[in-house]
Amino acid sequence: MYQTTYHRAASVSDAVKHLKKSDDAKLVSGGMTLIPAMKTRLAAPADLVDLRHIPEMRGIAVSGKTVTIGAATTHAEVATDARIAKACPALSHLASHIGDPHVRHMGTIGGSIANNDPAADYPAAMLALDAIIVTNKRETPAGKFFKGLFETALKEDEIITAVTFTVPAKSGYEKFPNPASRYAMTGVFVAKGKDGVRAAVTGAGEDGVFRSGEIEAALSKKFEPAALEGVSVPSDDLMTDIHASAEYRANLVVVMAKRAVVRANA
Amino acid sequence: MSEVSMVVNGRKVSGAVEDRTLLVHYLREHLGLTGTHVGCDTSQCGACVVHMDGKAVKSCSILAAQASGSEIVTIEGLANGADLHPVQAAFKEHHGLQCGFCTPGMIMAATDMIRRHPEGLDEATVRAELEGNICRCTGYHNIVKAVLAASKTMAKAGKGKARKAA
Ligand SMILES: Cc1cc2nc3c(=O)[nH]c(=O)nc-3n(C[C@H](O)[C@H](O)[C@H](O)COP(=O)(O)OP(=O)(O)OC[C@H]3O[C@@H](n4cnc5c(N)ncnc54)[C@H](O)[C@@H]3O)c2cc1C
Ligand code: FES
Ligand code: FES
Repeated sequence: MYQTTYHRAASVSDAVKHLKKSDDAKLVSGGMTLIPAMKTRLAAPADLVDLRHIPEMRGIAVSGKTVTIGAATTHAEVATDARIAKACPALSHLASHIGDPHVRHMGTIGGSIANNDPAADYPAAMLALDAIIVTNKRETPAGKFFKGLFETALKEDEIITAVTFTVPAKSGYEKFPNPASRYAMTGVFVAKGKDGVRAAVTGAGEDGVFRSGEIEAALSKKFEPAALEGVSVPSDDLMTDIHASAEYRANLVVVMAKRAVVRANA
Repeated sequence: MSEVSMVVNGRKVSGAVEDRTLLVHYLREHLGLTGTHVGCDTSQCGACVVHMDGKAVKSCSILAAQASGSEIVTIEGLANGADLHPVQAAFKEHHGLQCGFCTPGMIMAATDMIRRHPEGLDEATVRAELEGNICRCTGYHNIVKAVLAASKTMAKAGKGKARKAA
């Protein structure tokens, strides 16, 4: 790892101050993506600004139909929170299947969303739940936030502080985990809300997380696995890598969507 | 350089470290606690697992500076003098190790797992929860047996204590 200078932020405004002072600073939250990247010298920020000790960025609130999760809330905290389990069991299920227990004790929802790994789990949930990504500057709907591979709408000195979404009537998530890394080789999050059905796919798109029109159209007619019988999704914009071909992933999208619906209806 | 201070195995420690120092290197090289191992470069093997503020974490993927102010328990901090911790005893009894390289991480992961499942563990749960710990020798069978046995022993001991207290 190259040299770096560590700063522990006490508040969001303190973190912004540290960011502004340096030409080459990076935020670190759980560090479960950034520190491994620094170890292999894929990342080498001159300054690190730690968000993990900012009280206003942690915690979960459910008020009426609105769920708010602080950006520095860990995967383990989301996975074991009783209010989330009641409001959106699919999100508990998703969080409890990220990586392994040790990664879940450190990794955070804000870090996962900011990183926007094309195989990460949370971006699919945010897109399907039509979540709002709250930063120190503005609120952006997930549909406008995720821009491509590891790319988001985040601007310089912008910090995700929370995410918020409306409790869906039904939701389900299923992924086909890569047997080595546990990242999604394809994962589908389906949500049925008052504005209809949304289905978001991770791990498969060449351009990162996306909504599948085919799956949404079929499930809008009937929110049952049978509605997906015979449905196919095009493989044109899907990834081919050492793990799977685009065609294989296209098939997985439908299979995972079926399983997600079974879970949502359970 | 950063001034870090933390409580490691019940003892207050502090010192100046380069900001890039990983917690595992702080433990091994600055404090001489070489029980915590480094088995990979990819944050996947779990040989480096320690407890930070009561939770299992990978000390190879945390800076000592990030851990400053916290309470750390390593494999050296588990036994009570000459008495092995029940998880250590179960690994010995059930041959949960061969070369022993993964063992400190396995045992720290197992104690954390047992803490999080006071209702008890079954084989499927143990296997799923060992996702973050890789063993090149045992084929996991005896590790799973040891964790299940330790979980039972600890549940009994816990009940005994509760009865005494009541
Ligand atoms: C062994 C292993 C297995 C894993 N398996 C999975 C898996 O199955 N599924 C999955 O989805 N993920 C997986 N991950 C990744 C894990 O979920 C990470 O925790 C997550 O992607 C990043 O969150 P973090 O808090 O650790 O972020 P960090 O590593 O701290 O930061 C990641 C990036 O986000 C930026 N950032 C962090 N917080 C903010 C913020 N609040 N505002 C703006 N920018 C911010 C940082 O600057 C950095 O660029 C795995 C990781 C490991 C090591
Ligand atoms: S050394 Fe392999 S996960 Fe930490
Ligand atoms: S006992 Fe040798 S790696 Fe596990």
